Order: sequence, then C-alpha cells, then structure tokens
Amino acid sequence: MIELIDVHKRFLENVVLDGVSLEVKDGETLALLGPSGVGKSVTLKMINGLLRPDSGDVTVDGLHVPQLGRKELATLRSKIGYVFQYGALFDSMSVAENIRLGITDETCYNDAKFCENRVLECLRLVNLPPEVAKKYPAELSGGMKKRVGIARAIAGQPKYLLYDEPTSGLDPVNADVIDGLVERLRDELGVTSVVVSHDVRGSFRVADRVALLWQAKIRAVGPPDQILASKDPAVLQFLERDLEMTLIQAEGTRGRNV
Amino acid sequence: MSNGAALTLDPLRLIARWSLRTADHVGRFSFLIADMFRGLAEWRVWVPRTLEQATAVGYGSLFIVLLVAGFAGAVTSLQTGYQFTGTLPLYYAGAVISESMILELGPVLTALILAGRIGARYAAELGTMRVTEQIDALESLGRSPVSHLLIPRVIAGLLVIPALTMFANATGIVVGYLTAKGSLGLTYGDFEYGARYFFRPLDLWYSAIKSVCFAAALTTIPCYLGFNTQQGAEGVGRATTTAVVAASVAILMLDALTTKLLLVAK
Repeated sequence: MIELIDVHKRFLENVVLDGVSLEVKDGETLALLGPSGVGKSVTLKMINGLLRPDSGDVTVDGLHVPQLGRKELATLRSKIGYVFQYGALFDSMSVAENIRLGITDETCYNDAKFCENRVLECLRLVNLPPEVAKKYPAELSGGMKKRVGIARAIAGQPKYLLYDEPTSGLDPVNADVIDGLVERLRDELGVTSVVVSHDVRGSFRVADRVALLWQAKIRAVGPPDQILASKDPAVLQFLERDLEMTLIQAEGTRGRNV
Repeated sequence: MSNGAALTLDPLRLIARWSLRTADHVGRFSFLIADMFRGLAEWRVWVPRTLEQATAVGYGSLFIVLLVAGFAGAVTSLQTGYQFTGTLPLYYAGAVISESMILELGPVLTALILAGRIGARYAAELGTMRVTEQIDALESLGRSPVSHLLIPRVIAGLLVIPALTMFANATGIVVGYLTAKGSLGLTYGDFEYGARYFFRPLDLWYSAIKSVCFAAALTTIPCYLGFNTQQGAEGVGRATTTAVVAASVAILMLDALTTKLLLVAK
C-alpha cells in the first residue's frame, strides 16, 4: 500500500503541496488529476524517493520513504516501475538495452538469455513487434517511445507502477492505445498503479478511484462516478476545461484527416 | 528607505548571496566526490563504460591535441631563435623548446583544449540527460547514476589526459626541433645536447602530475555542473559554458599551485 500523510513541499516561494494525504490500496489504480504545474509529478516522485517532502510522510509497503538509506531505497525502487512523461529513454542505447536496464534483479540482469526473453516478453505486453528491440529511441514515434518506457518499467516485474502523464503529447488514437495498455497491465500483472494525468476521459477509463489535486491540496477523492456527480466548483471547473480541450483536440484531428 | 541605505545594503546582500551560493556548490561538489569514491565498489558497472568513454574521448581528441602541440613547439622554436640568436649558444634552443613543452606548454595547452572539448561534452551530455529525466530514470530503476555516468567519465579522463599530454610533449619537441633546424640551422647533436643538459627525470614526473591534476579538474567540474543542470535547454547551455570557463580557470589556478609546490619549493 502507498500512503501520503500530510505532505508539504515548496520550491522557493512556490508552495506545491500543502498538507496532501492520500492512500492507494494494493491492486488498485488511482488516477491523480489536476491542472498543469499543480504538483502531480512531484507527488509521484516522492513515492519512489526521487524527491523528499519538506514535512509529512510517504510510506510504501510500510517503509517510510523519506527516511530510507541509499541501499534500502534502491531495494524499494526495484519494486516500483516508473513511466516518465517523455519516456526518458537512454538515447545511446537500443530499445533492448533500455528495457534490460529495467531488470532490477542483478542475477537475472547478468543472464543474457533471460534478458533477451524478458525484453521480447515486455515488448509483447506493450504491443510492440520484436524487431523494435534493435532500434534506437530516435527511430521511434512518440507513442512507441511511451510504450518502450512502459516496457522498461515492467521489465523488473514491479509491484507498483507509477505513470507520469502517460498520454501527454499523443493524439487521441495513441492516447487510447496507452490507456488500453494501462488497463491490460493492471489486469494481466495485477500491479498497483498511480496514474498522473490531466486527461479526464482516459483517467476515468483506467482508474478505480480518482483524486483531484487543486491549488496544492487534494480537493476530491473517490470512484469516477462519484467525482462526475460532484458539485464542487473546482471539480466542475476542471471537468469543463478538460471537455473543452477534448473538443479542441477532436477538431484538430478531424482537420488533419480532411 | 533612502537611496543611500539601499546602496549600503545591496552590496552586503550580494556578498551574502554569493557566499551562500559558493558554500552550496562546495558542499554539493564535496558530496558528489564522496559519492564517486563510494561508487568505486561497483566496478562491474563502471569498468566497461570507462573503456567506452576512454576510447571516445582519447581517440577523438588526439588530432586536435597533437595539432596544437605541434604549433606550440614551432612558435616556441621561432621565438627562441628571435631572442637568442647572437647572444646565447644555439644548443640553448634545444633546452628551451624541450623544457617549455614538458614543464608548461604540453600539460597546460592540452588541458585547456580538452576543457573545451571534453568538459563541454560531459556537461552537455549530463545536462541533457538531467533535463530529459534520464538520470531520474536511472535512479528510479534502483541504479546509481554516479556509477553509471560519472565515474566512467572521470576515470576515462584521468587515464587518457596524461597520455595525451605525453604525446603532446613529444610532438611539440619534435616539431620544435624541425622548425629550429629549418630556421636556425640547429643540428640534431646541438639540440640533443641542450635538451639533455637541462633535463631531469623530475620534469617528466612534474608534467605527468600536473596533467593528472588538470584531468581531475576538467572532468569533475563539468560532470558536477552537468549533473546538477536545471531549467531545460537554457540550463544545459548555461551549464556547458560555465563548465568550460570554470574548468579553464581551475586549470590555470592548479598550474600556479603545482609549480609553487613541485618546482619552487624544491
């Protein structure tokens, strides 16, 4: 289980998180929604210890993440797959080498045959053909890079998956593919997931529960139906803005297809 | 508040801010160096990458280093001829050319050229990796960016730069001799006599020690600045220029320091 307890974080004068508390149960998929720059990615980075809170606590499997030493943190991170917003693939390495880096067990990592099979298995799980393994990130489209990023995150068979804006920068068709992938990985691998996004439609599709981060605080948490029925002005404002963005994107896609 | 008071306060505030920033850099740089020493235990990770880096950095820099050393040797030879002809025996030219190259020009020019070439490369590579979250990705996979990225670069520099310096010394001396032969009519016998007359084995050790000190500065400073890059493409550009300037200044300061410690104190 992942738990954030009264977490505060600021960068210089900018308060990013102000008393955020949140709980993600085992096997659950939680979508963390909010406008850009509200602190969603910061929250995600605190879960795997890339950032420390100024105050408050973050626990994963009962371990207090901000207090963990170097080795304990590395052990914990081997249980957490992290999908970065723009893939964060290593340009100088092939897709296969990138995915291999995700194999966190050192014995398995040094076994070439195991790695080869695991890379192909991960590519299959993210619907990519085996030929992609030999390519370099520069040769891939935006959607393919995201999928390779997901393949790398699941290569170590993590218990938790953290997705940082998995559909940002993608057209609606590719965004749907990624959302389908998040659902499929949840069903096939049974991982606990936190999906950070500002895409309401996709998040409501994949999440068991949705949390809205608004002005540095958690404004609403609950199942998608409950959030949709909310009368909270902030929730309504966010949902309306997203609806407008969806319409603009749909117009853009239609325009390109003409 | 009056203008006078503001003028009095502002320099104080600037000094305080500068001192804090310097202390912050010194602290973080020291922690990074400590992390590198700790990371040496992960030799399975850094050894193969060090060989890759050493090949890329050493082979790629050889031509420019030899070119600069050759010109430095030629110019030293011509200036020696201009200043010494008619006043000192010609064999002195052999001593001046070889000692200038070994003691000063070889190590310093090589280091300054490599500060631009390797320093900029390291800072830009690591800075780009930082802003594109590749370093975060390594950490999130439970792997140490220090062992994967920094140690190989620093050790490759420490191995390759002294070797390049020795090649530069040799090239400068050979080109200096050929230039002196053409312009002054200096014979090989005179050149060798002058070079041997003033040469001591310490000179080569001094050249090697200097180049190791320069290598440490011109690899660790750019690595530190690149590793701590912030604010996107602009930040990468800033880190790269700062790395080259800081490494060059550090090389000149270390040049003065090593000369004082190794030659003057002797």
